[in-house]
Amino acid sequence: MTSLTHGNGILIFIPDEWENVLNTQNKITINGRICFFEPGDTILIAARRNNVDIPTLCYLKGAIPTGACRICVVKVQGARSLVASCSTPAASEMVVETESPEVVASRKMTIQLLLSNGNHNCAARLSDGRDWTDFQLRVQQDDGNGALCPAWGDCQLQNLAYRYQVTGDRFAGDEKNFPVEDVNPFIVRDFSRCILCGRCVQACNEIQVNEAIDFGYRGAKTKIVAAGDRALKDSDCVFCGECVQVCPVAALMEKDTRFTCRPWETTGIKTTCSYCGVGCQMFLHVKDNRVVRVTGVEDCPPNFGSLCVKGRFGFHFIHSVERLTTPLIRTESGHFRETSWDEALDLVAQRLTKIIKEYGSDSIGVLTSARITNEENYIANKFARAVLKTNNIDHCARL
Amino acid sequence: MAGLAAAFGSGAMTNTIGDIEDADVILITGSNTSENHPVLSAFVKRAVRFGKKELIVVDPRRIKLAGFAGKWLRQNLGTDVAWINGMMHVIIKESLYDRHFVETRTTGFEDLKKNVERYTPEYVEAITGIPAGDLVEAARLYAGAKAASILYCMGITQHTTGTDGVKSLANLAMLCGNLGIRGGGVNPLRGQNNVQGACDMGGLPNVFSGYQKVGDPAVTKKMETAWGMTGLPVKPGLTVTEMVPMAHDGRMKSLYIIGENPLVSDPDLNHAEKSFSHLDFLVVQDIFLTETAKMADVVLPSACFAEKDGTFSNTERRVQRVRKAVSPPGQARPDWEIICDISKRMGYSMSYHCAEDIMEEIAKVTPSYGGITYARIEQEGIHWPCPTREHPGTPVLHEKSFTHGKGVFHAVEYRPPAEVVDEEYPLYLTTGRVIYHYHTGTMTRKTEGLNDRSPECFVEISDTDAGKFDIRDHEVVRIASRRGEISARALISGKAVAGSVFIPFHFAEAAANRLTNAALDPISKIPEYKVCAIRLVKEEV
Repeated sequence: MTSLTHGNGILIFIPDEWENVLNTQNKITINGRICFFEPGDTILIAARRNNVDIPTLCYLKGAIPTGACRICVVKVQGARSLVASCSTPAASEMVVETESPEVVASRKMTIQLLLSNGNHNCAARLSDGRDWTDFQLRVQQDDGNGALCPAWGDCQLQNLAYRYQVTGDRFAGDEKNFPVEDVNPFIVRDFSRCILCGRCVQACNEIQVNEAIDFGYRGAKTKIVAAGDRALKDSDCVFCGECVQVCPVAALMEKDTRFTCRPWETTGIKTTCSYCGVGCQMFLHVKDNRVVRVTGVEDCPPNFGSLCVKGRFGFHFIHSVERLTTPLIRTESGHFRETSWDEALDLVAQRLTKIIKEYGSDSIGVLTSARITNEENYIANKFARAVLKTNNIDHCARL
Repeated sequence: MAGLAAAFGSGAMTNTIGDIEDADVILITGSNTSENHPVLSAFVKRAVRFGKKELIVVDPRRIKLAGFAGKWLRQNLGTDVAWINGMMHVIIKESLYDRHFVETRTTGFEDLKKNVERYTPEYVEAITGIPAGDLVEAARLYAGAKAASILYCMGITQHTTGTDGVKSLANLAMLCGNLGIRGGGVNPLRGQNNVQGACDMGGLPNVFSGYQKVGDPAVTKKMETAWGMTGLPVKPGLTVTEMVPMAHDGRMKSLYIIGENPLVSDPDLNHAEKSFSHLDFLVVQDIFLTETAKMADVVLPSACFAEKDGTFSNTERRVQRVRKAVSPPGQARPDWEIICDISKRMGYSMSYHCAEDIMEEIAKVTPSYGGITYARIEQEGIHWPCPTREHPGTPVLHEKSFTHGKGVFHAVEYRPPAEVVDEEYPLYLTTGRVIYHYHTGTMTRKTEGLNDRSPECFVEISDTDAGKFDIRDHEVVRIASRRGEISARALISGKAVAGSVFIPFHFAEAAANRLTNAALDPISKIPEYKVCAIRLVKEEV
């Protein structure tokens, strides 16, 4: 009898007579464990399918893997060098190690290089405040904030520095002197913090296909640019914010929440967008009973993480001071006065009853709404038909 | 939806959003998808860029997707039936249609064939302005696809011939066997989050939830039993576009309006305003004091989507959860609670503990929602029809047969729009949305950033017309129709084609619907928002 771990990590005992069947399937050994994969899987996907965590920075689901960041490298038995797991197909009988000493050494080096390039003044060891360069301090002043990086605690590069215990002082810092761009209402771009992983470029070109941004310049001057290095507002950008959602560091952030709220202070509530009929699944991030941020729900149809500018940034109506907060009744002078629910509801019930008595049920019409829930529409339909006794019910689908 | 219901027996997107990427050819018409359904447009753009799929766009404006399309056909406003008939003419003449599908799954082919006979590419060019050669190529492209998807929106339906336009698209899809298969279909894109759900739940004058017919004795009996009452009205009711004129005549005494703003969204607003002022009693239940609420006798504050539990049904018939994230402001309450309280005061008790209780009742009385429970849609929504708790839902409609058996071809003749240009009103106006705003703007205009991107109304005009009427870019002009006038800034744009202009309808202070024509499609009762005649006048300095 053979044993192997599969999928969710449960140990499965396989009777001997099944072994021939299993042998014909796609099997790969990851960290000494036999794992199954689907044809077409990369090593990374095969590992994730089997709950083996391989860290990534540039990998973006739905886009063509670029292998650019080298964080996801693994050791494959028989290969001359480490391979990028995001872009190497899984093959039968492959033997893979995801945390071997060579792999870990390579990842450390990659992280050190990334930390040394640009403004990463977070709490990665030996890159705390005492060691900040003049440049870093200057950049912080430009931001109008002397504190830590706005993505502190929510940064995948910082997570990796912690995970692999990498310090930020191995290589001499390379200044990236890019001014912060915030001349649009939604997105702050700070390329001093960009690690050139290219996820934003892929999100813009391969997921949303707005084709607004791309890599610009060459070599050490490489930078993400829009419309020949213009501000986003003067480009083809339509502010869907997909780039912000996929940025692993603080190079792209929502203007609204930058320096005002931290991810661990908020609770994400999954719901359906209230704008067009696509029905995008989104998280409303709530802090102190207020929605402060919206993100797309990844891995979930119909939108798989994508949102548009209205869904992502157009949530301010929820807490608008113009919201109606009490029932209103028009007085004889023609003005509204605030009233209690009881008085308002009594009045509505009395007037409707009287109109039915005097003019018949069909002298009343109900306009229900394409914006309220199914449950509420059902109740409106029941109210019109069973209570008012009219079929005069419609909504603005026609308008 | 009436057009699709006539052809297939049910009116909704036949396929899913995810299906779009499986099509070999995508035909988009009357939908400015990248501005009105941006996330859905990404599926189309990916199919073109990475799937190497063909895109045909038929639209009077050079919309963004026209730039992705291998073929952009520009039809004159209100001539959709003509070009669709023209495509079918070519497909039948060149025997490119799906004989097997036509023979086994449809009826009415001979009438259709006879009807489209005279829609030669040359005849169609004279009506639509689409060059005959382009029409032939588009027809061959569409007919040659293994699976071809049609996406359309209000650009097809908001005409006096809207139902005819939809029937024609259904004809085209059936002719080429593009129904019941992945990547195919006739797919109306719903413009508001829960239009589909409002229709599904009986928010229509002629049907109960699940499209169960008003007046059908079995249905009446079933609902009376379920609701524990008798005397349900059996005569179908009035549509919104019929109620408003009746209010004008004094025959409609009271309207109860929930979360709608007809005084910006209705056609021919000046007339609509007068109608509303004739009402004896107007109740408006909304989250804002909208233009409509300002005319009400009683205003009831309701909770918005972030403040209550429930479900929305999206454009692809997927029933998805809405969850309460924050509490409503002040005394605002969920709409269903308010209505239940009024009902109780009028002598009929409706009492539910929570929204989930209501969904249980919906599932009991609505066959297509019979298998929907909150537990089942906790992670991911389900496509109706979903008749039982074991049923997985139905992503693709009409796989083996149509809702009413065979698909019905409708021979449809082209009819010109209700209003055509003349010397006095020499330009066509069409209306729609921009990406940064939604409907009458009551929600999006509360976000500063969206106002920053799109601060005010504009009239989009072509270079040619700007020259002809001596209008400079960003100059304020007056736009007048037979029904009213507004002022807006001129925006000279490559999107506009000479002879027609575009105005978004989000801006109450310069409401495009002061200009539009209230002429209705005789079947769907949808107004002709997409065509009317106007003139441009330079504002006196």
